[in-house]
Amino acid sequence: MPRDDLLREIRTALQHAGGRQAPEPPAVRLRIPAIDPEARIRLFCEAVERLAGKAHRAVSAADACAYVSAVLHGGTAVASGAGILHELGIAALPGVRTGLNSEGPLRSLCAVADLGITGADYALADTGTLVMLASAEEARMISLLPPTHLAVVARDRILTGLDELFSLLPHPDQQTSSMVLISGPSRTADIEQILIRKVHGPGEVHVVVVDT
Amino acid sequence: MAEELDGRFRSTLSDEKLQAAVYSGTGLLMQKRQAVVNHDVLPEYQELRDQARALKEHALENLEAYLEQFESQVTAHGGKVIWCRDGDEVAEFFVRLAREKNARLLVKSKSMTTEEIGFNERLERHGLEVVETDLGEYIVQLAKSRPFHIVVPAMNMTRYDIADLFSRSLGIASETVPENQTQIARTVLREKFLTADIGVSGANFLVADSGAVVLVTNEGNGRMATTLPKVHVAIAGIEKIIPRAQDLPVFLKLLGRSATGQPLTVYTSFLSGPRRPGEVDGPEDFYVVLLDNGRTRVLADPGKRESLFCLRCGACLNHCPVYRKIGGHNYPWVYSGPIGSVIGPLYRGLDRDPWLPFASSLCGACAEVCPVKIDLPRLLLDLRSEITERRGRGWQERMGFRIWAWVMGRPRIYEILGRMATLLMRSPASGRWLRRAPAPLNVGPARAWASERDLPPLPRQSFRELWRARAAGRRDHAAR
Repeated sequence: MPRDDLLREIRTALQHAGGRQAPEPPAVRLRIPAIDPEARIRLFCEAVERLAGKAHRAVSAADACAYVSAVLHGGTAVASGAGILHELGIAALPGVRTGLNSEGPLRSLCAVADLGITGADYALADTGTLVMLASAEEARMISLLPPTHLAVVARDRILTGLDELFSLLPHPDQQTSSMVLISGPSRTADIEQILIRKVHGPGEVHVVVVDT
Repeated sequence: MAEELDGRFRSTLSDEKLQAAVYSGTGLLMQKRQAVVNHDVLPEYQELRDQARALKEHALENLEAYLEQFESQVTAHGGKVIWCRDGDEVAEFFVRLAREKNARLLVKSKSMTTEEIGFNERLERHGLEVVETDLGEYIVQLAKSRPFHIVVPAMNMTRYDIADLFSRSLGIASETVPENQTQIARTVLREKFLTADIGVSGANFLVADSGAVVLVTNEGNGRMATTLPKVHVAIAGIEKIIPRAQDLPVFLKLLGRSATGQPLTVYTSFLSGPRRPGEVDGPEDFYVVLLDNGRTRVLADPGKRESLFCLRCGACLNHCPVYRKIGGHNYPWVYSGPIGSVIGPLYRGLDRDPWLPFASSLCGACAEVCPVKIDLPRLLLDLRSEITERRGRGWQERMGFRIWAWVMGRPRIYEILGRMATLLMRSPASGRWLRRAPAPLNVGPARAWASERDLPPLPRQSFRELWRARAAGRRDHAAR
């Protein structure tokens, strides 16, 4: 068995006996700055824009819907099953398809849609990051295949940064098989170090922060 | 051997286009990193480095326990861990898996570990198609080359090289605009993603308490390769393990900044097992291949163990004056720069490419920028001394040091020789700098050494003479 051989070799290399327990690791280092909600929203929006994303603070459901319609601009969209999209009426906008929960049809739709609309479980203020946990409501490919991604985040879901996220979610694996952090549009600098957007993921990222 | 190397270095040094590409490429990465680690924007930077190092040290000192914990967590989430000692075992697993799943096309997101074992070539021999999906790696694969840089694989190529390459291998009209080149690759690779049977990725971190594979990418190819195909296999060196998910912020804050000057890369995926009941998409099968490939041997040597802390950020390459001149392809293995000069000989054995640890000026820039504080100059020195011990010192070297010791023990002779050297080096032809060793010494090693270096001429008066004059002056002063 390569497994047992390899583990034995590692034990020998470390001069450990079998059945040994690891001692306590160094203490976890998580520092959460005190930043009030209003400042978090402002920092988050600034960070999104720095990454060439677009951030919009929606003061009402109608405002959120109007922004989404403007981004959609007569095109087609796929919306996830996130509750917030239904509550705000975004899922019911013309041109938006939702409620697809089998993989094949969803994939075909995502491959041709102009826009993918999702919720976001959290957002990180310091890096302008969207945190998305895959679930029955939230498929991975809606934020991945269409050329534009629009995420709707409730204002109380904006965290200060990674440290706060991992103190809230010490074990993401207990909730989902996939947690993805998205910081701005897909990009590369592989050719002559020139920054180019829209490689494999969306080339445009919009975030609607719902202020109410 | 030495002459062949010499020729290769010379041709790299005289390739102006390549020199410009490497100089500006690495220079830009240095600037970008500096802008996000300086004390004004990241006051906790040094603290993060210390914590990251302590965590890596701890994880490796308890490696077997964390690997077992990792395996049991992956299994609990419905995935499977495959243990492999080398590339042969990895290939064997993949060929079996492909047969079992009736798979033919594999898409791969960027992974240096797979480069290490010649993954693509091995699988192609079995009739499987492996497609690189990171833009740089895709270019490198089309060019049938190998990564020039750990983070920027095609750093050595210009847009014009890529235009030629694309039109030759994809049969399209020449396209020299990088945006358009990127869209060409996007279109070709999108088709591959949608039809691939197996997605292969590396791993930036393996999280023991979660059974999770963590991937960072900017283009989104990592997400595509681990979302669309029915099977996801991550290939990771055993040293990639960290204890807890809560340790990730420390590493993520350092990795993106050190590699490309980004506070966080565009996509960070935390993947723990196949899709769960209810989840709409994601792989149905999830495997993690744990690869040794020489790492256990390094682990056994406590003095060398820290070389396993490496996060593959590439910062040491960008800051290395040697890498910046000779580039990535003059290094004999897939890992280049200071870290390559250390782990190459360590993973593959000191008798292969023993010249490598000597190809360094030991300036220390690499250690200064390493996010996990690997003492690369010390490791290079240790390797030099081991290689020298093994090889044994040649008669010239032994003789040289014997003469040197003899002279150093005899101040009068030292002084006479010094005066002779001063006279020799003051020849009128020498001017302000000595361009080559003076006549009787301009042979053998002295000649080779001086051929690439200029020396200031020796001063008219030696230190000993100045000292004596000063002491005499002081006596005069005291007498007065």
